[in-house]
Amino acid sequence: MNAAVLVFPGINRERDMARTLQLMSGRAPAMVWHADTMLPAGTDLVVIPGGFSYGDYLRCGAIAARSPVMDAVRDFAAKGGLVLGVCNGFQILCEAGLLPGVLMRNQNLRFICREVYLRVERSDTPFTRGYNAGQVIRVPVAHGEGNYIADSETIARLEGEGRVIFRYCSPDGMIDLNWNHNGAINAIAGIVNERGNVLGMMPHPENHVEAAIGPTDGRGLFAGLAEVLKKAA
Amino acid sequence: MAGTSPAMTNEKLIPNEPRITPELVAEHGLKPDEYQRVLDLIGREPTLTELGIFSAMWNEHCSYKSSKVHLRTLPTQGPWVIQGPGENAGVIDIGDGLACVFKMESHNHPSYIEPYQGAATGVGGILRDVFTMGARPIACLNALSFGAPSHPKTRHLVSGVVAGIGGYGNSFGVPTVGGSVRFHSRYDGNCLVNAMAVGLAEKDKIFYAAASGVGMPIVYLGSKTGRDGIHGASMASAEFGEDAEAKRPTVQVGDPFSEKLLLEACLDIMRKGCVIAIQDMGAAGLTCSAVEMGAKGDLGVTLDLDKVPCREERMSAYEMMLSESQERMLMVLKPEKEKEAEAIFRKWGLDFAVVGETTPGKRFIVRHGGDVMADLPIKELGDQAPEYKRPFVTAPKPEEIKAESVIPPMGIAEALEKLVATPDLCSKRWVWEQYDHIILGNTVQRPGGDAAVLRVENGPKGLALTTDVTPRYCEADSFEGGKQAVAECWRNLTAVGAKPLAVTDNLNFGNPERPEIMGQFVGCIRGIAEACRALDFPVVSGNVSLYNETNGRAILPTPSIGGVGLLDDFTKSASLAFKRGGEAILLVGETTGWLGQSVYLRELCGREEGAPPPVDLVEERENGDFVRALILDGVATAAHDLSDGGLLVALAEMAMASGIGAVLTEAPGDIPAHAHWFGEDQARYLITVPAAKADLVLGRARAAAVPVWRIGVTGGDALTLAGERPMLVKILRERFEGWLPVYMAGELP
Repeated sequence: MNAAVLVFPGINRERDMARTLQLMSGRAPAMVWHADTMLPAGTDLVVIPGGFSYGDYLRCGAIAARSPVMDAVRDFAAKGGLVLGVCNGFQILCEAGLLPGVLMRNQNLRFICREVYLRVERSDTPFTRGYNAGQVIRVPVAHGEGNYIADSETIARLEGEGRVIFRYCSPDGMIDLNWNHNGAINAIAGIVNERGNVLGMMPHPENHVEAAIGPTDGRGLFAGLAEVLKKAA
Repeated sequence: MAGTSPAMTNEKLIPNEPRITPELVAEHGLKPDEYQRVLDLIGREPTLTELGIFSAMWNEHCSYKSSKVHLRTLPTQGPWVIQGPGENAGVIDIGDGLACVFKMESHNHPSYIEPYQGAATGVGGILRDVFTMGARPIACLNALSFGAPSHPKTRHLVSGVVAGIGGYGNSFGVPTVGGSVRFHSRYDGNCLVNAMAVGLAEKDKIFYAAASGVGMPIVYLGSKTGRDGIHGASMASAEFGEDAEAKRPTVQVGDPFSEKLLLEACLDIMRKGCVIAIQDMGAAGLTCSAVEMGAKGDLGVTLDLDKVPCREERMSAYEMMLSESQERMLMVLKPEKEKEAEAIFRKWGLDFAVVGETTPGKRFIVRHGGDVMADLPIKELGDQAPEYKRPFVTAPKPEEIKAESVIPPMGIAEALEKLVATPDLCSKRWVWEQYDHIILGNTVQRPGGDAAVLRVENGPKGLALTTDVTPRYCEADSFEGGKQAVAECWRNLTAVGAKPLAVTDNLNFGNPERPEIMGQFVGCIRGIAEACRALDFPVVSGNVSLYNETNGRAILPTPSIGGVGLLDDFTKSASLAFKRGGEAILLVGETTGWLGQSVYLRELCGREEGAPPPVDLVEERENGDFVRALILDGVATAAHDLSDGGLLVALAEMAMASGIGAVLTEAPGDIPAHAHWFGEDQARYLITVPAAKADLVLGRARAAAVPVWRIGVTGGDALTLAGERPMLVKILRERFEGWLPVYMAGELP
């Protein structure tokens, strides 16, 4: 795995992500400054971590999406490279046009940091091959704007094409309002693009990888990616 | 009142300045005798800018004039103390070349006026106090006190303050991992927001504020200066009257994004060896930081305000000196590093401007537009500001309330179910779920326990953090209350297995010019000092907030104590949830059934009376050391210290956290049952141990002369007590978790 973690001013979970990538792949990722115009040679995974890039000014991720480095990310994605956006990273991918829809304010209008349950809808993507389809995993969320919204046509396409990868659910995998903390349409927590190489998700799998600290359900995502990239190398 | 001689310098007198009148002096918070001291000191009338500077440096918030003489009696030293009070934050050695830097500070008055920004900038300020010393912040905590739930402003304040703390801390990128929240009508007119920050640094790479070297450049770093927060510090040094709302322009406005950039830029220039001395601009902005840096280093400072980056046009010298615009630092720079330092700040998009220099004479000189706006003696402004030994009276100690004299208004089960849903005892999840408490990936124990536990870098060490105080105890008996605040913090850290190391104190009181308030302050300090000494738990930093009164009604005396403890191996920390059924529950410490000043007496009997439970510091130490050893030996599977609500509430907390109930043995018959279950005797803990080890532990206790009793066994779905109906854990949990969210949604009176 040759991961590149993008760092925009105000991103604040880059250290969490770098530590997890190192733990799960054995290799420290490259930390790429937003003003750079190229990704390091040989990059096989781009990760956009969480935070409040540019202070969430204008709209979450709006300014970061227009950074010089995003052109390189677009090229990379167009050639099939794997891109993972977490939390603010998901918001940036939507603003950059790499994923459809938008993340609005949580329905209770407050920031929420808690453990949630996610149902892994498919296991045949590079991001979820470390899980079984239908598996319920426990990961934390920490966001004020995670309420995924898109027009009905887009939602129909996402659902129809099986591009919803994670959904908020109850501990036994049922979708219901009580277990959807931010009000996202169809309890959508994470989606992929048409090609399936760009994934955006609101929860933080990178914070649930060490047994000494807490649950480890996040490992499956990174273990799966590491395996895919090792095979491809 | 007029000066007796012309201006000291031979530069021209400043034209067009307003006349200094007694009203103007009073508006600046200076008493007539203090103003006379100004005149005697400088031998003439001050300029308006100079008046502003004295107002800032000599107000209570910045000068500590009413408290300094008493703060000196606190124990501040110890083998692991690297830096005690007097710097931006305290520093302790945690081994392996690492230091922990921490402090708690108040932002009470601004939060009452503008809760979101008041609380947010409180967090911003305390974070800066930590990273200005070269430490990367790793956690925040806070201690919040609000008025009665029925008071019309309370919801608004809770909502704004919590959103502000979360808004700043989450964006800046530090986990907010613990704290306390209480409600009482005595805070109706004055909420308290005490924010604590903790950081890590290499112990030989700590940066201090004292300037050194003559002719060194003084550099302004960070965000531009605007007109926000002018007289914030003076506002915090006075009571509120009817006009409190009109003080809104005195509240600062924060930008956590800028602060994050400032953090990275500062740590960068520190790493590159550019910094001689550095101080954040907090209360009284540029004035306080510049004066303190010079005064501490026994140097003079000359500032040229033409160089200060401003975001408003035509700011006056007065405004620039007193602005409390956020996210700014002042440093003394190694001259040869100027280009390198400037480039770092440009990279992060922040301002960097050389605004002055250190001088040999001990004068504080401020120039603007070619005029000298201020020329003052620096030591008398700073560390030689006035000090008062205000008169005080100690309130008589209340009578002890005998348990037999309290008629239980209801049965034990009903009492418990009511108590877990009272504002002080209920779950504060509504609050801490608005704080990102997991960012940085090192939070081993999240909010809701006795103390937060964090892994230090990649381990194996851990830090335990807590804040605590019991204001009603301090009101009843300030000496016992002060002792108890420290003892409870010490217990909280012990209950997670940590060795308590040091304290930061945030002392919140009313008007010190009233002898009874001053008496509370003096009493609490005496109690804190005694407990810190007895427990080897020195005070390394702190803050005093006085004048927390509205229309003559003061807050409860609230000396918030922030504690830091160390674990050699974070994986050995203990938590309070029962772990499994079939384990023995042991109670450590003596129970006499102390109902005076208890939550039971207040909430269920409507009485706020009696002497508070006494604190025996020898017992605290012995019982605590015994519990800690059991935790670190891996024998104790769960641990919890007892506090508000007493024994049965503590048991309920362990059950609710786990979903596992307990079968409890009958209370011994020597004291009334309600006093046994809800009395608030101190120095007590609950631990669980595997059934097979119970006798061994009891034997150890006997050998150590520590009182320990087996009081039950874990298991089932209820707390079961002979003679009472079972208290279902599910019901307790619903009530415990239910009160605050329903209240905040506006559905309760």
